[in-house]
Amino acid sequence: MNEKHTHGDGSSATKRIKKAGRHVSQSEGLIFEKSVAGKRGIELPPLDVPAVDPAKALGAEFARAGVEGFPEVSEIEVIRHFTRLSTWNYAIDLGMYPLGSCTMKYNPRVNEFVARLEGLATEHPLQPDEVSQGCLRIIHDLQKCLLEITGMDAASLEPVAGAQGELTGLLLIRAYLESKGDARKKVLIPDSAHGTNPASVVIAGYEVQNIKSNERGQIDIAHFREFVTGDVAALMITNPSTLGVYEENIAEIAEILHSRGALLYMDGANMNALAGVTRPGDFGVDVMHLNLHKTFSTPHGGGGPGAGPVMIKKILEPFLPVPIVTEANGRYALDFNRPQSIGRVRAYCGNFGVLLRALAYTLAYGPVIRQATEDAVLNANYIRKHLEDVFDLPYNLPSMHEVVFSDARQKKHGVNTMDIAKRLIDYGFHPYTTAFPLIVPGALMIEPTESESREECDLFIDAMRSIAAEAETNPELVKTAPHSTRVGRLDEVAAARRPVLRWQPKQNLDAQKHLGPHEKTLVVPTA
Amino acid sequence: MRYLPKSQSERREMLDAIGAKSIETLFETIPAKYRLREPLKLPGPLSEMEIIDYFKARTAENSRGYTSFLGAGVYQHVRSVVTDALVQRGEFLTSYTPYQAEISQGTLQAIFEFQTLMSQLTGQEVANASMYDGSTALTECVLMAERVTHRHRVLVAKTVHPEYREVLKTYAKHVGLQVEEFGFTSSGQVDLGALRANSLNEAAAVVVQSPNFFGVLEKLAPVAEAAHAAGALLIDCVSEPLSLGVVQPPQEADIVALEAQSFGVPPSYGGPFVGVIATREKFVRQMPGRLAGEALDGEGRRGFCLTLATREQHIRREKATSNICTNEALYALVVTIHLCLLGKEGLRELAAQNLSKARFAQEELRKIPGVTFPFSGTTFNEFTVEFPRPAKEINQRLLAEKIIGPLALAKYYPEHPNRALVCVTEVTPRAEIERLAASIRKILAAN
Repeated sequence: MNEKHTHGDGSSATKRIKKAGRHVSQSEGLIFEKSVAGKRGIELPPLDVPAVDPAKALGAEFARAGVEGFPEVSEIEVIRHFTRLSTWNYAIDLGMYPLGSCTMKYNPRVNEFVARLEGLATEHPLQPDEVSQGCLRIIHDLQKCLLEITGMDAASLEPVAGAQGELTGLLLIRAYLESKGDARKKVLIPDSAHGTNPASVVIAGYEVQNIKSNERGQIDIAHFREFVTGDVAALMITNPSTLGVYEENIAEIAEILHSRGALLYMDGANMNALAGVTRPGDFGVDVMHLNLHKTFSTPHGGGGPGAGPVMIKKILEPFLPVPIVTEANGRYALDFNRPQSIGRVRAYCGNFGVLLRALAYTLAYGPVIRQATEDAVLNANYIRKHLEDVFDLPYNLPSMHEVVFSDARQKKHGVNTMDIAKRLIDYGFHPYTTAFPLIVPGALMIEPTESESREECDLFIDAMRSIAAEAETNPELVKTAPHSTRVGRLDEVAAARRPVLRWQPKQNLDAQKHLGPHEKTLVVPTA
Repeated sequence: MRYLPKSQSERREMLDAIGAKSIETLFETIPAKYRLREPLKLPGPLSEMEIIDYFKARTAENSRGYTSFLGAGVYQHVRSVVTDALVQRGEFLTSYTPYQAEISQGTLQAIFEFQTLMSQLTGQEVANASMYDGSTALTECVLMAERVTHRHRVLVAKTVHPEYREVLKTYAKHVGLQVEEFGFTSSGQVDLGALRANSLNEAAAVVVQSPNFFGVLEKLAPVAEAAHAAGALLIDCVSEPLSLGVVQPPQEADIVALEAQSFGVPPSYGGPFVGVIATREKFVRQMPGRLAGEALDGEGRRGFCLTLATREQHIRREKATSNICTNEALYALVVTIHLCLLGKEGLRELAAQNLSKARFAQEELRKIPGVTFPFSGTTFNEFTVEFPRPAKEINQRLLAEKIIGPLALAKYYPEHPNRALVCVTEVTPRAEIERLAASIRKILAAN
């Protein structure tokens, strides 16, 4: 790094930022703004059959002249456009991504390579099983690995995201209880849960009953007993909790539920703290989902794709979604003949391309996956140790893979968790998770994962300590961060009030000239 | 282990810094009896080369060397190395959902462009980014219609993709939504008479697909008229969006559920794909899924941010429009780049090539004695044929010729064992179409 480099934050910050420096990034408009009629970026081979005129073949009723407003640009312009956009993003490939509960770990490149192989990427989900043995074996092999890691009995790899896994698991619980004669009414959810949990419960036709964590952030066993009445179908719990703390009474919780005919659902979002060390199937969990885009390293891709396999105990097996992959004498098949199945949750066989990457990850580690878990927990504790004297730790139980601080001390100087998070950007890091879990006001939720070296952890600690100092000495600097990005904090309130959700050609905008300068695109009325 | 950036001595030093005697002590909150004493019984650890070998071995057990005539919602189309190179940039591949707008402008602008492209393609005012796939997008459209109309009954055409309908039924079962189906006529299009005979008064929506599962284009205007007259919405499902390069967009529909796999996304044995919901602006607050919107910073610079988040589960929890969180953002980016490359002209040419190829295949098959076409409606790149014998039997014989034959419809429509859905795209060489026709001719003649 250039020794003469300055922060560029217009401040007299006392500490030099080690991890990041400024560099020029290219400006780039919308692709539609670059479009000039007559250009294109793909040329097709000539047609080898007689050409049909769409207008004639489809008739006036159906024929369309072309898509109005579609861009017209050359190949190099497309390359530059998206390369320029890419440089405006932060990424794991650039550095630590300490988003709590998101498990942003390294996405191995070999996984991308094998997912693109001819003979895997090219396969059609409806092709006969005879010519799909390779795909089916990949699904089956992954399933075996996930069963071993979780200690569960059976699985469906069809759900394509954590939230869909949750819904599938809840539907399985419902089908099982219905088969016993009573589906029951409620699902218990601790107040520390992810927002998807209650949203999924509703689609499964249950009522949400929130249960309060005790002062230690754990489920209060005495209280819990009272909650588990005859109309409770299940408890949906995240373990370790979103505080990054192991639920110490989990086995007893399972016993209480089971003794009253209810089931234990575990949100596996935090499985990165457990893989290779302990197995949910052993401590009483009946159904759980995994997030392959978290624990199993498949790339998050700016918001997906994911996969949310559901792992279950034997009693739920008859109800699994169709199809399931079976194996007999080395031959694999899709089994649709499942009379008690809850049905399909997605067309075809789920996100096969994600399953494949997760298998590549699992094969790379094998039993050494325990080392990844240990390193993840080591990193979280190392960071906690070096920050607990400057940030408030509202729940003081031992941390596993993540640690949750609050902004209580910095609040005194008018600096909140979001300000600290935004200032972290200037230090070359992606922010941690802010304002979650809901049981911690002003939360700073930090999950480093196993992918960070000690050096990167040290840089993060330095940055956080430096910001804590700035919050005291120069709170304005923190409150107005980030100072080094292409755009500053955006006016999200105004954006939501009058949403502009697409580009419009100029002539459409001119028709709206009576509007203000920033309202000259599609405006959605407030509901 | 190559993915772990620590030496043993660094681990030791970090433990010392924490004040932990051993790594075990960090796991002491887990009761000892639940802590594993033995290593897990997993294959591996494997080197990079061994991983590649494992997967290459699997490719040989699949359909390499076969020609496929399968479509039915999953299509083989041209893909560009440009798209693949761009989406593999780590800044796209390894970034999170763009909640932190200042360092996610690349993803956010691309999402905004995706929303624009999808709106233009469908002729709708707004589109989201994104849903899991077409089947779940359709389901979410129906739930959305329920919220808009406060009605709890939906009429779905039997010409809608059968697996999409199955997913809808799974989701509908416990939210008090009644799903009823209605049939089709000899044109292969929805039976308007049957639809009208049904009481539409309590219906939240009528659901059709165009091109439908039989490959036939639906006339949306009369369906929309019937639905709207009864206060119901029209939902149109598009599982082959390439058709929209030459076919009128579903402007009559109030909500469109679209599967965008055709635009640069590999079939990959069924996923990941990209679902999209497009709709009228007035319904946007009832639409689930991520949305990027234009915003300004303090200095008036244009940027983009996720917006209207109050619809979403992380804010509204059990009152959210959907439980969706992770979606298919990276594949929405694939679609965006692919459509920018194709552009207005390329898209139209590609669609026209599909139409030409499919018409050629139809004519080739028409020449075979015994092969008929049960539906009279206009088609795009898929069409239904009827054999004099069960399609399944014919496909079994075709497989011996290294042809994955047209989808036997008996799987979803057991009442039509002899019918099959033929898909031909720009990547199907003429010679292979001719070989399919010759093989079918031979198989039929042999009996």
